[in-house]
Amino acid sequence: MSLTRREVEAIAHLARLQITEMELPVYVASLSKILDWVDQLAAVDTSAVTPMAHPLSGEVQRLRADQVTESDHHSRYQANAPQVVAGLYSVPKVIE
Amino acid sequence: MTLHTLSVAELSAGLAARRYSSLELTEHFLGRIAAANPKLNAFITITAEEARAAARAADAERARGAGTALTGVPIAHKDIFCTDGIKTSCGSRMLDNFVAPYDATIVARLRAAGVVMLGKTNMDEFAMGSSNETSWYGPVRNPWDLDRVPGGSSGGSAAAVAARLAPAATGTDTGGSIRQPAALTGITGIKPTYGRVSRFGMVAFASSLDQAGVLAGSAEDCALLLRTMAGFDPRDSTSVDRPVPDYPAELGQPMRGLRIGLVKEFLGDGLDPGTAALIEAGIAVYRKLGAELVEVSCPALPLSVPTYYVVAPAECSSNLSRYDGVRFGYRCQNPRDLLDLYQRSRGEGFGAEVKRRIMTGTYVLSAGYYDAYYLKAQKVRSLINQDFERAFARADLLVCPTAPTPAFKLGDKLDDPITMYLNDIFTIGANLAGLPGLSVPCGFLGGLPVGLQLIGPHFAESRLLAAGHAYQRETDWHRRVPDAYR
Repeated sequence: MSLTRREVEAIAHLARLQITEMELPVYVASLSKILDWVDQLAAVDTSAVTPMAHPLSGEVQRLRADQVTESDHHSRYQANAPQVVAGLYSVPKVIE
Repeated sequence: MTLHTLSVAELSAGLAARRYSSLELTEHFLGRIAAANPKLNAFITITAEEARAAARAADAERARGAGTALTGVPIAHKDIFCTDGIKTSCGSRMLDNFVAPYDATIVARLRAAGVVMLGKTNMDEFAMGSSNETSWYGPVRNPWDLDRVPGGSSGGSAAAVAARLAPAATGTDTGGSIRQPAALTGITGIKPTYGRVSRFGMVAFASSLDQAGVLAGSAEDCALLLRTMAGFDPRDSTSVDRPVPDYPAELGQPMRGLRIGLVKEFLGDGLDPGTAALIEAGIAVYRKLGAELVEVSCPALPLSVPTYYVVAPAECSSNLSRYDGVRFGYRCQNPRDLLDLYQRSRGEGFGAEVKRRIMTGTYVLSAGYYDAYYLKAQKVRSLINQDFERAFARADLLVCPTAPTPAFKLGDKLDDPITMYLNDIFTIGANLAGLPGLSVPCGFLGGLPVGLQLIGPHFAESRLLAAGHAYQRETDWHRRVPDAYR
């Protein structure tokens, strides 16, 4: 199956990725090729097969008790933020 | 000085006998890194000062008669593992400015055992690649031939160990990223069972596939490190609570009577004849040791690569949505509004292959396509898993090549993603089924190393490592070092 430019632009928007005019045709071609190639899976009879969601059968992800186990590290973690104002993450204005 | 020719096991004994100090050892490897890294590009960050301080502390601990078998042994960490106070880039511009605020569990465990970190190794961006060419920091070169790739994504770790810039290194394996580079650089690498080693503090790529492991000079050295790295971690919800065997103590398991399954689909026509001959010679070693050879069939296994390229991008697109240019990582200059901030920070911060996978994953998870792609792939994944279950009813271990060919030239497969993806045809199945896999060097083709892969049932790391060790007592491929790095 072949993707159109518009479809690739829509995917990029969903993924919040800016794709330049130069990059766009490259992705149209390679994503189309990849989807064509994975389409071979459609020929496999999986009518009676349960999908595999965890690589260890019978294992499920553990839940933990809802208890506070960590101390406050926010200043340490915020040291990696691009822009902080008064202990808050700063972004461009969202609401006028 | 020939300290770099010694194994981790030998270094451990040498440190215990005070034949050299950890500081001498650390200086020796730092010197080798400084000399070789400009050409190999195996390290993104060299932590010389931290290494010296850790080595002094290790020497003091040994002097008190305390410490573990690994106290004072220097290693390198793949730059995917968070290291407290040290840049953790994951090979990406997105995290070029990221200083990890805590240690990954395996980093903390190795640190607590007295291991000295020499630095952080180069890798494909976010571990997405099979050649180490997608790194923001440039490609790593193969010490056996500088015009060739070292494999990926743990290419820096593999090149560092192969060139003896470190006795061992950590790595991660989502589709072959430990085993394939180990094969292409002539060293030994183990990907443990899913859940065996904690993933806490390991930058996530595909959460149902990712697993941490070791690259080293031998199965014995892998066993020594894995014993410390493995084990339950309450901070990783996929970590399995199960006792860790004493891997080094179990290396002597006999090969006599062990049933080794030859995977029909991976050993027949289509396999490169040179590689096939070396794998056959490797199988002959096991026959000589008394193992029983049985042919097994895994008919769905050849579908593992397209299955993986639905599942892994889907999980990657979810995991990498955290990089938003707000809380940490790269932010674009002068964003117009919030959407522009997201789109340009991600568009500029991620490289081409990462963006390709995020978009593939976004597409297969999007409304109207989920059943046709993602659900379908999860079903084929079940079929692949069932193939392995049937195979392990008849065999204790499976054998096949690690990679279809020896190391290829830089740039050779960059323009064609599918050709690059197919390089992982032999390794991806173990990730989809959560199985442990080991690659050991089994010979050379045109001066380039080739790897033999063993795959075991869940939690059979002891058996795998013992089989690797038995092979390495009969052969000396794992002792070969490229001329320039002897």
